[in-house]
Amino acid sequence: MNLLILRLLLGRLALACVSLLVVSAVVFTITDLLPGDAAAAQLGQEATAESLAALRHQMGLDQPAPQRYVRWLTGLLSGDPGLSVVSGKPVGEMIGKRLPASLLLAAITAAISVPLALSLGIASAMWRGSWFDRLASSGAVAVVSVPEFLVATLAVLVFAVQLRWLPALSYSNPTASLTDMLRSFAMPVLTLCCVTMAQMLRMTRAAVVDQLKAPYIEMVRLKGASPTRMVLAHALPNAIGPIVNAVALSLSYLLGGVIIVETIFNYPGIASLMVDGVAQRDIPLVQTCAMLFCAVYLLLVTLADLVSIVANPRLRHR
Amino acid sequence: MNQSPMLQEELRAALQGGANRRDLLAMLMAGGMQATLAGGLAATALTAHAQTPRQGGRIRVAGASAGISDTLDPARFANQTDYSRGRMFYNSLVELDRQLSPQPALAEEFHSADAQTWVFRLRRGVTFHDGKPLTPADVVFSLLRHKIPATGSKAKALADQIATVSATGPLEVTVTLTTPNADLPVILGTHNFMIVQDGTTDFSAGIGTGPFRVQEFRPGVRSVAVRNKNYWKPGRPYLDEIEFIGISDDGARVNGLLSGDLDLVAAVNPRQVKRLRQTPGFGVLETPSGQYTHVIMRSDMGPGRNPDFVLAMKHLFDRELLRKVVAQGHATLANDQPIDPSHRFHFAGLPQRPYDPERARFHFRKSGLAGTRIPVVASPVATYSIEIAVVMQHAARRIGMALDVKRMPGDGYWSNHWLQSPVGFGNTNPRPSADTLLTQFFKSDSPWNEARWKRPRFDQLLLAARAELDFDKRRSLYADMQVMIHEDGGLGIPMFISSLDGHSQRLRGLTPHPLGGLMASAFAEHVWLEGS
Repeated sequence: MNLLILRLLLGRLALACVSLLVVSAVVFTITDLLPGDAAAAQLGQEATAESLAALRHQMGLDQPAPQRYVRWLTGLLSGDPGLSVVSGKPVGEMIGKRLPASLLLAAITAAISVPLALSLGIASAMWRGSWFDRLASSGAVAVVSVPEFLVATLAVLVFAVQLRWLPALSYSNPTASLTDMLRSFAMPVLTLCCVTMAQMLRMTRAAVVDQLKAPYIEMVRLKGASPTRMVLAHALPNAIGPIVNAVALSLSYLLGGVIIVETIFNYPGIASLMVDGVAQRDIPLVQTCAMLFCAVYLLLVTLADLVSIVANPRLRHR
Repeated sequence: MNQSPMLQEELRAALQGGANRRDLLAMLMAGGMQATLAGGLAATALTAHAQTPRQGGRIRVAGASAGISDTLDPARFANQTDYSRGRMFYNSLVELDRQLSPQPALAEEFHSADAQTWVFRLRRGVTFHDGKPLTPADVVFSLLRHKIPATGSKAKALADQIATVSATGPLEVTVTLTTPNADLPVILGTHNFMIVQDGTTDFSAGIGTGPFRVQEFRPGVRSVAVRNKNYWKPGRPYLDEIEFIGISDDGARVNGLLSGDLDLVAAVNPRQVKRLRQTPGFGVLETPSGQYTHVIMRSDMGPGRNPDFVLAMKHLFDRELLRKVVAQGHATLANDQPIDPSHRFHFAGLPQRPYDPERARFHFRKSGLAGTRIPVVASPVATYSIEIAVVMQHAARRIGMALDVKRMPGDGYWSNHWLQSPVGFGNTNPRPSADTLLTQFFKSDSPWNEARWKRPRFDQLLLAARAELDFDKRRSLYADMQVMIHEDGGLGIPMFISSLDGHSQRLRGLTPHPLGGLMASAFAEHVWLEGS
């Protein structure tokens, strides 16, 4: 089995490098194709040919595009993602200040949504066809069909404006007490759970139901195992592959895809940093964020594959 | 009532010194005021005293934008978020009052004999946040850096008229201009010309002379300002601390206010005003300002070459309807010229151009353009332009004119469509002086002459008014220019848009300022929290 995992890891690593390279080239080209550049974005209506030229020179935008790309890439390979053309600060520092906030939000959301979705999914599979199953499944579809800006806005209107239980805005204030922190995280986490849970729940239910129909489950039942044991010890390990993949997909979304939640709750995370970078045409910043999201995605998917190999008895004992 | 801030300050000082009603009346009468008027004014001054500003407290304020380009470098200030922070941490040489006339600030006194050489005498005893005194060298540095292209100054075009800036005494700075400009003090009162310390290269510490010091500044996230105990204005500021954040979502800003997380929010959507006014404990500050969104008809290409088309379009604005429906009443009617009614040089004698479909039809027929589709470019970044375009499209259809409204994304609108399209929309923020506004957008050789409208006589009037120090003569010159633009300029200006800010009732001291919302971004040193 170790050989299998090693081969998989090496293959994935090589593929990851190629994907990252391709993504960086695509992101660079597309950002460069957007109308205007960082100098025009910064000067806006006040731009004149003279001030544009001066600012472009200062930002290094007067060099040809391929040269800028190669310089950024070699910088990144040596561990330095370069300077933001807009603020002049190191990109690494800018991301470093926002990343912990994003990771914290993602971690709290994952810690709540993953166990909840998996247990609801397994329970639905066990009691499939019951009122509980119908309620959970239709509830999940209903919640995932409501766009997250609506969930977030409704939550703010009810809990912050009407009831005044929770703050409408989330700050990452290091001096805040634990209760304050929990209160400010409540609504962003609630909103994100609504978005991410449905897919995990449905995938878990489908995968477990699929296994429960298999002939070996009949064997398990015939030998007299309890329903809980049947699902947890026999069906679940075989269903883990699709489940962890669904979990990985949902988690990768939590880092870069939460722009709406960051905007509505004024949460200083990394998604809004990247969107801001696009609006200001700050190519080094956009590139580095894209690399980060891509790398996290690849990492999560690889982890999911590893988990499914380790957890699956048939793959494990090969 | 035309009550100058100087007088208000004098009154307040007298009241705090224990003056009674009779003393105040004597003071006002000595100032040459009629007895009845003085009586009323003394009464208002006394009620104002009843709500004496209270010291202390902390507020949270949200502007409408935040981003990685947030800066504390005055030369690069680009939006209200930057301006508001600037007004916390820095001062200008002069401040603009509500008639947009310059009043002393860091410069205690300023004068010029010929409008070309200006002498500014600096206030004594002003110190920066790091304890160093304000010197002429700081002013020289602060002004001259705008001329260097690499500074990336937003005010470079304005600074280019400055020839030299030099220290001519221990507390005196002399500015010479390339051509006379009676409005130089007004220009130096604008946000980009705030005074920084000589030799500053990294502005993130925000070392200025302003009412607050920087405690924390994270671009795109927030700033925390704490009271500057050594501020040169006695008794100011009132607040201990201001946290300023930027929230780009309209709804989130208002929700933050209603939930009690914020005390003041900028740029309230007009549709939210009713909701705020109906909720107890909240108020809306409406600021009539000089901001306008307008149709540009280029006179060098497309249908705008034909003056009859331009006149037809100007008669197609149902201005009252646009004001009521598009701006929800939060606007003032405009008259196809850019100087708004609150401005000291506004010419009130110009008859208002009405909505007149018959005249529009007459001019449109005369233009010979009937039967052609006329593309009109609009974008969400030019406030209300899409709504205005749609209303005009309906009006145009009724006289047989086919307007083809093209909605463009905000991204890149200013560089790719504004100034380029034959017929399209623009948006102009309030400018501090009539001269700046007319020079930037109407002078024949200006790169921002949107309609490419070239009138040598207009340029002569403009230069004459700029060099004129006599107020009445200037006013009549500006009136002539407004008439010229109204009659044959290439811009259709339907209305001036008001700024709307939402605030908690506990926050006091907010008054409108024609340069825009949040008291022209200078709320920080004027507001206080009512005792709870």
